[in-house]
Amino acid sequence: MTVRVQRDDFDPGAEVDRLTKGKTSIGAVTSFVGFVRGDASAGEAMTLEHYPGMTERQLLAIEAEARTRWPIDDVMVIHRFGRLLPGDRIVLVAVASSHRAAAFSACEFLIDWLKTRAPFWKLEDGADGPHWVDAKDDDDERADRWTTGSR
Amino acid sequence: MKILYFAWLRSRIGTGEEDVSPPSDVDTVGKLIDWLKSRSPAHAEALSKASVIRAAVNQDYAGLDHAVSSSDEVAFFPPVTGGSA
Repeated sequence: MTVRVQRDDFDPGAEVDRLTKGKTSIGAVTSFVGFVRGDASAGEAMTLEHYPGMTERQLLAIEAEARTRWPIDDVMVIHRFGRLLPGDRIVLVAVASSHRAAAFSACEFLIDWLKTRAPFWKLEDGADGPHWVDAKDDDDERADRWTTGSR
Repeated sequence: MKILYFAWLRSRIGTGEEDVSPPSDVDTVGKLIDWLKSRSPAHAEALSKASVIRAAVNQDYAGLDHAVSSSDEVAFFPPVTGGSA
């Protein structure tokens, strides 16, 4: 398990290689890479704030929850903070498992839960100055479906 | 007791961290919010909308009934908006 919260960019290919290196039990790796989307309505850039300590703690808890649900060999979560521009990578979730079904499901679960549990907040630049982005109900709904079993 | 504020709560209150010594009957998150509101008009305004505030005690999510004590780190923040897309 690797959890990193960092200001710097990351190389998804190199990180996946690091996850699988030397492990012959792995049959599948799925990865999710999230980017800053440059919407017409959004500002040019944003600043991502987080709660150091709690962020790592919550990411480890989310990973532990995933391990109770699927047979997982290893997990990597990297989340950036600080100033980010449209097109920048924000987050990497990669899951290694012996089979693809668990890798796909666990990866989707991890990003859905991360969005509602990991303590990050977006401050977007805007024409009228910076503003804090409100949480989205559909993010809660995406996370909730893992608890209600209503997929 | 160490209190932390994040995102717009920090902006509105004007500080991200403060050490406080509430009276001993302030023993839950909910009572702590009410007590903090009395510290300044900015605290009262920022902490007025309970429905859009989340709390953590010692870096785990906590409800209004969760116990707090003088050695705890208690954080208040809006619902989280990490990840992407």
